[in-house]
Amino acid sequence: MAAESPILSLRSLAKSVPGGRVLFEGLNLDLAAGEFVAVMGESGVGKSTLLNLIAGLDGADAGQVAIDGVGLETLDDDARTGLRRDRIGFVFQAFHILPHLTLGQNVALPLVLQRAPGAEALVRAGAMLDSVGLPGRAGDFPHQLSGGEMQRVAIARALVHRPGLILADEPTGNLDPETAGRVLALFADQVRQSGAAALLVTHSDVAAAAADRVLTLTRTGLVERHGG
Amino acid sequence: MAADRPWALAARWMILGEWRAHPMRAVTAAVAIAVGVALGLAVHLVNASALNEFSQAVSTVNGDAELQVRGVSPAGFGEALYPTLARLPGVAAASPVVELSASAKGVGEPVTLIGLDVLRAAYVTPSLLGRPVGADAAHGPTSEAAFDDNAVLLSQAALEALHVRPGDPLELTAAGRAVSLRVAGVLPGVAEGQQIAVMDIAAAQWRFGQVGKLQRIDLRLDQGADSGRVRAAIARVLPADAQLVSRESEARRSDALSRAYRVNLDMLALMALLTGGFLVYSAQSLAVARRRAQFALLRVLGVRRRALLGQVLAEGAVVGLAGGVAGLGLGLGLASGALALLGGDLGGGYFGGVEPELAFAPAAALVFLVLGLLTAMGGSLIPAREAARAQPAVALKNVGDSVDPRVAPRIWPSVLLLAAGAAAAFAPAVGGIPLFGYGAMALLLAGGVAAMPWIARTLLTPLQRLQVAGAAVDLAFKRLWGAPSQAAVALCGIVASTSLMVAMAVMVSSFRGSVDDWLGQVLADDLYVRAEASGGGFDPTTQAALARTPGVARMVFQTSTSLRLSADQPPLAVLIRPFDARRMPMIDSATPPAGATPVWVSEPAAWLYGWKPGQSIALPISGKAAPFFVAGIWRDYSNQHGAVALDSADYTRLTGDAFRAGAAVELAPGAKPQAVIAALRARMPPGLNVNFAEPKTLRAFALRLFDRSFAVTYGLEAIAILVGLAGVAATVSAQTLARTKEFGMLRHLGVTRAQIVAMLATEGAVLGAVGVLAGIGLGLVMSQVLIHVVNPQSFHWTMETQLPWTLLASVAISLVAAAAGTALLAGRRALSSDAVRAVREDW
Repeated sequence: MAAESPILSLRSLAKSVPGGRVLFEGLNLDLAAGEFVAVMGESGVGKSTLLNLIAGLDGADAGQVAIDGVGLETLDDDARTGLRRDRIGFVFQAFHILPHLTLGQNVALPLVLQRAPGAEALVRAGAMLDSVGLPGRAGDFPHQLSGGEMQRVAIARALVHRPGLILADEPTGNLDPETAGRVLALFADQVRQSGAAALLVTHSDVAAAAADRVLTLTRTGLVERHGG
Repeated sequence: MAADRPWALAARWMILGEWRAHPMRAVTAAVAIAVGVALGLAVHLVNASALNEFSQAVSTVNGDAELQVRGVSPAGFGEALYPTLARLPGVAAASPVVELSASAKGVGEPVTLIGLDVLRAAYVTPSLLGRPVGADAAHGPTSEAAFDDNAVLLSQAALEALHVRPGDPLELTAAGRAVSLRVAGVLPGVAEGQQIAVMDIAAAQWRFGQVGKLQRIDLRLDQGADSGRVRAAIARVLPADAQLVSRESEARRSDALSRAYRVNLDMLALMALLTGGFLVYSAQSLAVARRRAQFALLRVLGVRRRALLGQVLAEGAVVGLAGGVAGLGLGLGLASGALALLGGDLGGGYFGGVEPELAFAPAAALVFLVLGLLTAMGGSLIPAREAARAQPAVALKNVGDSVDPRVAPRIWPSVLLLAAGAAAAFAPAVGGIPLFGYGAMALLLAGGVAAMPWIARTLLTPLQRLQVAGAAVDLAFKRLWGAPSQAAVALCGIVASTSLMVAMAVMVSSFRGSVDDWLGQVLADDLYVRAEASGGGFDPTTQAALARTPGVARMVFQTSTSLRLSADQPPLAVLIRPFDARRMPMIDSATPPAGATPVWVSEPAAWLYGWKPGQSIALPISGKAAPFFVAGIWRDYSNQHGAVALDSADYTRLTGDAFRAGAAVELAPGAKPQAVIAALRARMPPGLNVNFAEPKTLRAFALRLFDRSFAVTYGLEAIAILVGLAGVAATVSAQTLARTKEFGMLRHLGVTRAQIVAMLATEGAVLGAVGVLAGIGLGLVMSQVLIHVVNPQSFHWTMETQLPWTLLASVAISLVAAAAGTALLAGRRALSSDAVRAVREDW
């Protein structure tokens, strides 16, 4: 458990799918700055749903989600959106790079949404692309990239605005093992450099190994996994 | 919204990125808006230019007169009224006027002959004062020419029409008298295109048999005089055969003359804009559906719902603005071309003799620009709301159509809209304009379009269950059923354009068919004779002589005049003929009581003046108001502002006028029309200009006039159909191209290219057929509103529904073929890309 006050705090969280099947209940978790936690579990257990609840994109049946001590249930949609914009970074399995924007614009998007002037945002985005191994590519368009390169852009976009919490949903699920390894190393390195808390959802043992702690999602909550 | 301001830059990136990737989609939508704005502005500018020119021409003739007293009929009123009015308190100057319709020998063009007291007119209507030319000029501007019995001054247009120059002799015929005159000067103050001749009032009265008669008195009031009080004083001394009119009532009368026609054209032009709105809706819906996952990502990254709503609306606004600005330029060009080709009334025949110049109207341009903008934004509103409402977590998975095909679509919003439309159809006109009728059309259209998901489901469900042999057809049916939202979007465009087109086509076909039937009834004789009105017509002796012409079995003499019953309305036509109910297309009738004088009123007259069969009405036929019994209502398509038919014998008894200007001739069995025409011509009085026509010629002429006045309607309708077809093509094509991934997957599964193309053609054809079927049904309902509400309220005549089967069938086939053909072509293009690459694409 982290000594300082957690960035993310989940208390007695419960969620069912339409039709009544319970995904999990009584789920608790605290995540402090600099912590990198992987959550594993079988398909359909609710890993992505857990991320959606944390991001305020879905509502829990019971329990509380708090980010920086602020309970999401107390916020309206606009406030949750604002919190997501300022405090969270996302990396998805399917990359979700906007095809009609340049790589620089894709990465700069979170900064622009935080009121950074366009030129400054693009400079910072360019520097971020340099740090993920894509120097001088800010003016390229996504269709010119390979899968591994796309995910590097996604990592750059998730970190560029220095969020307190990074949520990653199967970030290497679409990549070959060699590329996945390189992307994971980059992701872990960047997360640690940023000092943010990170929650990685995966069913890959290799991916989970990059984290400081590995938890398994079950119907009754998160269980610490040792020696995995 | 300060919090959302940073989103502006991101939104700009997003919008520009989208348009860079798919420029033609935005361009197509903008062009649709441009066409709508252009048509609306062009029709408005042409009509406004013509109306403005017409009003100027009217005010030239009326001069600066603040008030006028006019005869209710061309016969005028007694001149004793003039000194009475001139002495009324508040009247500064009064100018008596004789106004006759005149013609010159051998020239078909009519001229308005005005007799003026120059000294009086100088105070009231200075624009009618002439400038002597040649020898007459030597005597000064108000020379003896003004008082010379033989002198006449002509406007430039009259000089040209009559082929004379100052100093030339000129024989003018008016009120049945031919008079030799001399062109003594010109009328520089008369507006261009106005054919006016001015002479001394005393000479005009004496030489044209109008002694003691005036057609109008122009009045100018004292400065500061209470206009209401003066009007009341005039009204107290006014005889029944005279009427007080003001500038305002004249303006209203000019406006009433063509208002319904102009409003109808405006509405028709706006239909093209509405169809453009549906095209924007289709384009935006597809763009939103395609970018569902992109929008979801933006929501995840912290973009608020209303910012997404704003982005899609902003896209629509830019499309609307670009289309609107382009439409203004196009509209100006179209208006200029239409004025040159069709004239100021766009073929409607309302502004004869007027040659308007195009006048740009900035306020109207701004209104149409805003309408284009609002239409494009309106078309974007539903897709924008859909983009903002989507659940990001679900949309990020990009599951395709967000509607569960098993859930039945809601029908009640559509039922409510249709019911509101039906209710609006029963509401009366507002200020002579069928506002609720047009509202009913819009509500029915919206209701019909809103019903499309439900109709599509109802029609497609049985197809989906069908066990068909070919995989391609089976896949097509399943896909149409399984993606109801996409099917509904494509259907909206098809239904909107088909229903508007069908409604217009059925109305025009019903109108033309009814006019054709009516012509068959009213032109039942073998030959028609017409003498020029200014020539006075046939006296009783000539009538008797003509009726005895060999080859003539029966000759029915008739004439017409006009009555001004209301200062705000154009004159009512009075048709005088021996009444024969069998030869009149009667709608309703009542038996007149003994001793009553019957009149038969036309359908527009009954509507405009609220007359009903059996009612007693007062008409100043003989100079003073006399009671008449309304013995029936007859269908009449020739006098939009109303007509009354009066039996010949009654007219002669009441007025003493036994002259008739025309006749209908029934030939004796075996008589040859040309021989009878020659024989009749030989018996005509010398100097009388007479025209002969056979019914087939008159019928063809009338239908040619009908087609001319509907030429713009046909043109606007064709453009609306083309915009609609373009919409269908763009929608189907965009939907097909967006399915590249699906085709790649099918190719991986072993489906051949030919099978995919066949599937797409089937989808297109089925979609087109469903749309056309629903569009024709909705169009037929809307046509009934046009036929039974909009037309009677606008033009005051009714018609029987007649369906243009050939046109309906060809349009249905074209639309189905367009939908299938476009799907097929777009499919081929989509299939040209690599199947392996297609399945790897993320968006």
